Amino acid sequence: MANKRKKLVLVGNGMAGVRTIEHLLKLAPDLYDITIFGAEPHPNYNRIMLSSVLAGGASMEEIVINDLDWYRENGITLHLGQAVSKIDSDNRRVYAEGGIEVDYDELIMATGSNAFILPIPGADKEGVIGFRDIKDCVAMQEASRKHAKAAVIGGGLLGLEAARGLLNLGMDVTVIHINEYLMERQLDRPASLMLQKELEAQGMKFLLKKQTEAVLGKQRAKGLLFKDGSMLEADLVVMAVGIRPNVVLAERSGLAVERGIIVDDYMRTNVPGIYSVGECAQHRGIAYGLVAPLYEQGAVLAKSLAGVPVDGYAGSVTSTKLKVSGVDVFSGGIFVEPEGARALRYQDEIEGVYKKLVIMENKLIGAVLFGETGEGASLFSLIKSGENIAGREKELLLGLPADALASGSGGGSTARLEAMPVDEIVCGCNGVSKGDIVSAIEGGCTSLGQIKGCTKASASCGGCKPLVEGLLQIYAGDDVVTVKEGICGCTALSRDEIVAEIKRMGLKTVKEVMNVLEWNNDEGCSKCRPSLNYYLGMLFPAEYKDEKESRFANERYHANIQKDGTYSVIPRIYGGVTSPTELKRIAEVAEKFDVPLVKFTGGQRLDLLGVKKEDLPGVWEALDMPSGHGYGKALRTVKTCVGSTFCRFGTQDAMGMGVRLEKAFERMNAPAKVKLAVSGCPRNCAEATVKDFGVVAVDGGWELHVGGNAGIHVRATDLLCFVKTDDEVEEWASAFLQYYRENATWNERTAPWVERVGLDHVKQVLSDEAERKALHLRLRDTLDRTVDPWKQIVNEPELRKNFERLPAAEVLSVSSTDRNGSKEEESA
Amino acid sequence: MSPQIKVGKLTDIDPLGSRRLNVNGLEIALFRLSDGEILAVENRCPHKGGVLSEGMVCGPVVHCPLHDWRIDLRSGEALDPDKGCIETFPAEVQADGTIYLTLPASLLCTPDADTHIA
Repeated sequence: MANKRKKLVLVGNGMAGVRTIEHLLKLAPDLYDITIFGAEPHPNYNRIMLSSVLAGGASMEEIVINDLDWYRENGITLHLGQAVSKIDSDNRRVYAEGGIEVDYDELIMATGSNAFILPIPGADKEGVIGFRDIKDCVAMQEASRKHAKAAVIGGGLLGLEAARGLLNLGMDVTVIHINEYLMERQLDRPASLMLQKELEAQGMKFLLKKQTEAVLGKQRAKGLLFKDGSMLEADLVVMAVGIRPNVVLAERSGLAVERGIIVDDYMRTNVPGIYSVGECAQHRGIAYGLVAPLYEQGAVLAKSLAGVPVDGYAGSVTSTKLKVSGVDVFSGGIFVEPEGARALRYQDEIEGVYKKLVIMENKLIGAVLFGETGEGASLFSLIKSGENIAGREKELLLGLPADALASGSGGGSTARLEAMPVDEIVCGCNGVSKGDIVSAIEGGCTSLGQIKGCTKASASCGGCKPLVEGLLQIYAGDDVVTVKEGICGCTALSRDEIVAEIKRMGLKTVKEVMNVLEWNNDEGCSKCRPSLNYYLGMLFPAEYKDEKESRFANERYHANIQKDGTYSVIPRIYGGVTSPTELKRIAEVAEKFDVPLVKFTGGQRLDLLGVKKEDLPGVWEALDMPSGHGYGKALRTVKTCVGSTFCRFGTQDAMGMGVRLEKAFERMNAPAKVKLAVSGCPRNCAEATVKDFGVVAVDGGWELHVGGNAGIHVRATDLLCFVKTDDEVEEWASAFLQYYRENATWNERTAPWVERVGLDHVKQVLSDEAERKALHLRLRDTLDRTVDPWKQIVNEPELRKNFERLPAAEVLSVSSTDRNGSKEEESA
Repeated sequence: MSPQIKVGKLTDIDPLGSRRLNVNGLEIALFRLSDGEILAVENRCPHKGGVLSEGMVCGPVVHCPLHDWRIDLRSGEALDPDKGCIETFPAEVQADGTIYLTLPASLLCTPDADTHIA
């Protein structure tokens, strides 16, 4: 029976070729004996995800699409690390470099492409690589350990992804681009400029309109020389200027080749029995370098090999999403308006959003999105369907949410998803068709996560998530489950569930919580352990014994760890008000302990940086000041302005209020760091309206503001209320902080917390006088139990020992089994 | 035979805690796991040289305090998705709680003359 099967050979074990085989196996599992040759020593992996591997988001194992078991289970003969060297098309036989020979009836050429290495002097030096396969990724990771400066030649999609990955690896990265703006093949100028600005903010440097002339250096690359005579230092050079279809074998075997292997609409080459798909193939003059077209080609070829009727391949409309964290870019179709087309643009340089739609004859033919790309998938689907969008242009430009479009009358996305042919690719990254997703849903998948696990749809860039969710809504209907994620990988439980269980069962230690609530990792991780330690301490201030081993280094050693393992020391200076005596003492301590750097912090105090760990207790003892907690999820500073004490505008004693609040709340642990400020008049010199709790004096009283933040996401405070007396300020501040302590998730600052629970809710709780006083008392009770951590360590040898090295004298007492021992002992 | 050196007592290290040690210029971190086992490694994260002794110990794994890389203290290997490796040194706890460390002979036999004079 088996020998009646036809013999199919695939040359190239990459995404396009193997995808074709997968499709073919589904359509006609018993038609062919299949042999695959792959030049790389790996099974088929997701090349698109290499940038994620480089950037540190995925492991090598995670990007394997077909593991070796898959080949075995499907009876495929796999020759890894075997490049095919010759095809004898007359006798239908292939020869591989390792000496293997295989006969074929049908042959698929899917040799992909190679990174294009610029033919410039020095391009063959050590440290010059492309960005194309796992080998390149490993080379970049290795280079980042030994070298500091990287140059990426090419400011296109691949170059920017490589550059982002290298930034993550801690390298200093400069991108060199020959064009005057980045990603010019996907973006128009405004979008490109916004992209550049964003990437510069992330630390990427750019040299535009630069042509590289040579790679400098002896054996290893040391730098680049440009045509204008300028130079750049670099010890890693990544060439990401483009790809070249790999056509060496095809040319040698007599196939018609231009840029790529020429194929017709059925992916046939000029030689009978030989087909080609993927990046090495050239269809109607185009060799595609993106995955979706390759899968579309594969689907056509698989059907024709299976003997299923198929319309020929008619070319692809392509879309791109840049996979760079913090930057959302989408580009699809024709993004520069051709003659006769009209464009709609929306540009918001404040929020960093740019959108452009290109419309021709009432059809959407292209789109560029920057900053907000949520509608990318639905716009792309409109581009492909070519439906009439007359009257909806502005709505599409301004990006109404997908469900609004779906429920809108006529031609919404539900209708579009229903009308979508079953073999249309939904997830371009992993080549998952609508049919695959629908069968997964029919097979019992009821959540996005399950579909992801089952089909890999939306598992890569995530751009198709709205479409997958749309399909889930249509085909799973009421069964749809929204799966919640736990606080970390160790549990599926949320913060609220954990806190409720701790209260209900009276769990009293971190270990007990992890055991009883069935953590997957016995000893938790660096996310859940500190959060459990916080929740337990917050719930049981009297009984709970803080577990220092479940705290980060900073909170364990009560100082802020720096990149070189030294620490910084910030003593508390209440309200930022100090004295000559105190300043002298700080200066003397800095001198005595050779502190390398003394700096004013943003919170009106002094930071002694570069203190050796073993010196910390000595420094604290000599300072004889309380810890400023400038390292913890705790009350940091209370910043003040001079207020009515000196300022001619001041209406209240801001310094006095600041000192009072800092003394009231010092040593307060919280879900995240907490900063306060008090301004003496509405000019607000203490910047109280970007603090967690801000107090602004007005004539006759104080305004209380909450939920501000000046960090990653700047948020101005919301006005909580107006109070008249100093005691009320403290009581409201205390109640607000305690309510936050009791309800926020660990690591959640007040700004997102206030947004999450709503200001009105907070107001409602705190305006209940009994509740407010109860909160105030609970915080007071908690704080009365705390002691200054520095003083405690200074006075307790059992704690202090952890700062010291194990003594060197004992190190040198070598045991008698060693003949060099005596020498060591002498020298000790 | 590799030389063993006495480095201290079990009680010198808190449970899930660590201590540092410098042997002829080599920084070593000793960790005490929840079951009392002592593991010794080179005190340097393969990523950015972070001081591992300051990290949080979860099972036989330490989280680097700088960027949260996870290092298996038994093998010295970074856990996925990170790649890298540090040196490990066999450690042994005697019945009386004394901790012995086995170090490469090269580290002890060629002491840096300067440090010894000092």
